[in-house]
Amino acid sequence: MTYIEFLQVHGSRMADGTVLTVVQFLLATVVAVVVAVLFGLMRLSRNPGVRGVATVYIEIFRGTSLLVQLFWIFFVLPLFGLNLDKFVAGFLAVGLNMGAYGAELVRGAIRAVPRGQWEAAVALNMTDRKRMWRVILPQALVIMLPPWGNLVIEILKGTALVALISVADLMFEVRQINIATFLSVQAFGTALIVYYVLARFLVTPFMRALERFMSRKIGRA
Amino acid sequence: MTEDMSRYPLRLEGDDVPMVRFRNVTKRYGPLVVLNQLDLDVSTGEMVTIIGPSGSGKTTVLRMLMTLETIDSGVIYVDGEPLTHMERNGQLLPASSKHIRRIRSKIGMCFQHFNLFPHMTALGNCMEGLVQVLGLSRREAEERSMELLDMVGLAEKRDEHPSRLSGGQQQRVAIARALAMRPKVMLFDEVTSALDPEVISEVTNVIRRLVGAHDLTMLMVTHQMGFAKEISDRVCFFFNGAVEEQGTPAKLFENPERERTRQFLNAVLDAN
Repeated sequence: MTYIEFLQVHGSRMADGTVLTVVQFLLATVVAVVVAVLFGLMRLSRNPGVRGVATVYIEIFRGTSLLVQLFWIFFVLPLFGLNLDKFVAGFLAVGLNMGAYGAELVRGAIRAVPRGQWEAAVALNMTDRKRMWRVILPQALVIMLPPWGNLVIEILKGTALVALISVADLMFEVRQINIATFLSVQAFGTALIVYYVLARFLVTPFMRALERFMSRKIGRA
Repeated sequence: MTEDMSRYPLRLEGDDVPMVRFRNVTKRYGPLVVLNQLDLDVSTGEMVTIIGPSGSGKTTVLRMLMTLETIDSGVIYVDGEPLTHMERNGQLLPASSKHIRRIRSKIGMCFQHFNLFPHMTALGNCMEGLVQVLGLSRREAEERSMELLDMVGLAEKRDEHPSRLSGGQQQRVAIARALAMRPKVMLFDEVTSALDPEVISEVTNVIRRLVGAHDLTMLMVTHQMGFAKEISDRVCFFFNGAVEEQGTPAKLFENPERERTRQFLNAVLDAN
């Protein structure tokens, strides 16, 4: 069987899986961004209780394995009465995990906005909230975009784990094909290429474009 | 150690209430005393310049007034009301953030490094406080901002971001931005120190016009002795966190009484 024939037979299945991988990736990214902004801001709160909650969250989700977290959300939470569909459990686990890393990027970027910007906002008598949303976060966004480019690729690759709770993503389909055909080189080789193409030719150019767009907005380009 | 606040009035009353009053204000950073029981009054409409060697606490005076620094003891009054404290049941307590915001609305500040918002145009910088803090409509805010950009000679730069403006232009936008809020007190913290020599006059000219045209109280920290001498009503020489000597520019620059003032002025004049 040539590789062309392999693709003719199994290509549509892998295409379906790729679509699901992309959907999981997009939803996980949304979750990660929301979690990152929320917990990143909480880490900078003046209230030690709020700060503590964020620290514990970040410690747990960064300090333990994504796979274990995925299994917890899918297999353990139902024991406490919280049943999640495997599709939801999949992107939620990846998003919650990567969001913990993102929170540190958000926190670091906010702290990297020059002190003078905070002071100018105080001198204009802005409230804390307006200062954050109008002055600090837009500038922090520009600072944190390059490291987010890395994290977003990690999110994409992290979604491969959802195959282990039988979400029919690319990795799941490829494994099924491998079990049925024993064509491991073709099956896993194709998966390798698809993930690379998604990361290299979709995610990276998109993040670069976003960086350029934001730099222009801030008047630096 | 808590201070006995009962010796400070709850508000300043009478005919000649100063616009700004520091009473017994002390500021420490750890063991370092930056300001030592400072007493300083600034009258309405007065232009007071603070000079002194670095580390003498002169910038700290402005930063405390802008509430960028807290104080360790004493009280600061603005327009008759305490800024750092508020009255509760006949007592002065540390001010709440709401109280601070109300009093702070009377104060504007320009910084050594301009601190314009880089993601907004010159016009956007001026409008930001008007729309977001004072709640003006965008049309009103634009009108007022353009008036001020025009006043500082930058109306045609309205749509430029700060990165496309020279230092002198940025500082003029910063002055317009602060004035747009219509403060009663303006603070200028070494506003020419980061500028190339040839553009300093752009900024000093703007400040010069404010002295003539507005009923604005101004406090300025500067190293430009000539400028200080020319436009100040009063010059304060700071040394070791206190006012070592103060007086009219003529007196302080030409006939200083204190040895430290003479030494400082000689050193500065030598450098020039």
